[in-house]
Amino acid sequence: MKEVFGLIDADAFYVSCERAFQPALEGKPVVVLSNNDGNIVARSRESKALGITMGMPFFKAKPIIEKHNVTWFSSNYTLYGDVSRRVFDTIDRFVPALEHYSIDEAFVHFDHGHQEQDAQEIKQTVRKWTGIPVSIGMGPTKVLAKVASRIAKKHPEYGGVVDLSGKDVDHYLRDFDVADLWGIGPRYAQFLKSEGEDNRDQPDLWEASGLEPILRKQKIETALELKNCPDTWVRKHLTIKGLRLVWELRGISCLPIEVFERPRKGLCCSRSFGRPVTTLEDLKEAVSMHCTRGGEKLRRQRLAASHLTVFISTSRFRQNPDEIYSASASWGLPYPTSYTPTIINFAQALLERVYKPGFVYHKAGVFLTDIVADTERQQSALACIDDERRTKLMSTVDRLNRKYGRYSVRPLAVSYGHSWEMRREHVSPRYTTRLNEVLKVKAC
Amino acid sequence: MTEKQIELRIASVSKLEIGEGMTVPLYLCRVSAGFPSPAGDYVESNIDLNDWLIRNKLATYIVRVEGDSMIGEIHPEDRLIVDRSLEARHKDVVIACIDGEMVVKRLVVEEGKHFLVAENPQYPPIELNGDRELIIWGVATHSIHRLRT
Repeated sequence: MKEVFGLIDADAFYVSCERAFQPALEGKPVVVLSNNDGNIVARSRESKALGITMGMPFFKAKPIIEKHNVTWFSSNYTLYGDVSRRVFDTIDRFVPALEHYSIDEAFVHFDHGHQEQDAQEIKQTVRKWTGIPVSIGMGPTKVLAKVASRIAKKHPEYGGVVDLSGKDVDHYLRDFDVADLWGIGPRYAQFLKSEGEDNRDQPDLWEASGLEPILRKQKIETALELKNCPDTWVRKHLTIKGLRLVWELRGISCLPIEVFERPRKGLCCSRSFGRPVTTLEDLKEAVSMHCTRGGEKLRRQRLAASHLTVFISTSRFRQNPDEIYSASASWGLPYPTSYTPTIINFAQALLERVYKPGFVYHKAGVFLTDIVADTERQQSALACIDDERRTKLMSTVDRLNRKYGRYSVRPLAVSYGHSWEMRREHVSPRYTTRLNEVLKVKAC
Repeated sequence: MTEKQIELRIASVSKLEIGEGMTVPLYLCRVSAGFPSPAGDYVESNIDLNDWLIRNKLATYIVRVEGDSMIGEIHPEDRLIVDRSLEARHKDVVIACIDGEMVVKRLVVEEGKHFLVAENPQYPPIELNGDRELIIWGVATHSIHRLRT
């Protein structure tokens, strides 16, 4: 029985989350901004058509936004995280295996034979239950499922579902830009697309011998061209990961669905409290402190983290079992980071999910996992926004703390227990997690 | 005994795994040497509001009502439990988006025609005939009306 992999990907996820509770915005241009209302991190199809690019700074986009009446939101990660959970749990009911790849993407296994019907059913059910539109790409490998998903997004005429299993894959790979392949970042794309330099001795002799076409690097611009490269060359220039990618393009599955989270390399910062802690504000301050330490540790080792887990607990030894509570929540960050304010921001949102009033907390902490080298962080497209300024800020803070003592310079969240004073002018209500922020309907 | 504040939060219901049994306490009370409680054989777990009010937690949302067109059935400030996975049928109270506005109405199907009506006779019915921008967002299954403020 041949395996069928699927990649289910929400369309403009953050925008779709806002539209789920404001259906009037369907078909209209919408954007969502990053932390501090700094940059565009999500755009609807209509906004894209107006020339608003991913990562564009808000001030640059403002003229377009004002001219075309584009609706803009500050990011509401609490809402997005909860809607994401609903989307994944809904999909989970239909498939034998599901892997959360990111906040808005999941790899799944389909039962071979009726994957197209299953995909359509999933698409309709997710749309109905959560309001989120998704695209589904399918193929004999994860990489091909991702290719299919990308094609589904680029070509709405396919109805949002594209199945490459059992088809002539080359036909699609011929027009597929190599830079759009999963795992090929901007640097590899540049390398692949360049003509190799001719630095051999005695070029005329080489030419005469006829060996020239084999030795000079050709331009590789499409996925099909990459697929046809010799294994040894791929292994040498793109590492074993690149080789797996090429094999997957050829239909040989090398990457399984990871249902269980792999044990991750990570670091943990936690502490038991010296005094009883009951309020959310106090917990936020403590967690922010842990994030600060965690950020420092990451930067000191030139690392970045892509995954964050926050946990809180009461003492396990309380007499009354009703007073015992512990919980954790975790999140795949949109990009690897070691920037303390970002970590604090996400940690506080996670904390809001697990905090329950009426308990006496004894310990809190954060895990920073999915650790990557700092260089990989720089390559991530989203991380490049504002990156230089942030890196400079953090290195200045670290330098001052080394000179004047630990925590001489610290985020506001740690000293005063408030949320890092962020600009969030247009944040939508937390419709699904706060009783006093639920959707209002008119009896009229 | 001090009152514990417990927020009713739909989103914090823990996932019910298919096949997972409900845990039932083995002993309701400590069994001291000698005399067990006569109620020991009849132990049940507490009535759970979530089980009672929510059929499909993934598609369930809470909304808050403003306005008085549904008085007789639903009052201003009432909270409704809305299930987006249900197919709206005749006599259902539904949440709809009409001309960009989120409203609560009752769906009435008469001789093949669909109408959205209010309980309060002061508000006219709206026929769904494709003229207006309309989406049925979800079906309200319960309304929660607070008696004591």
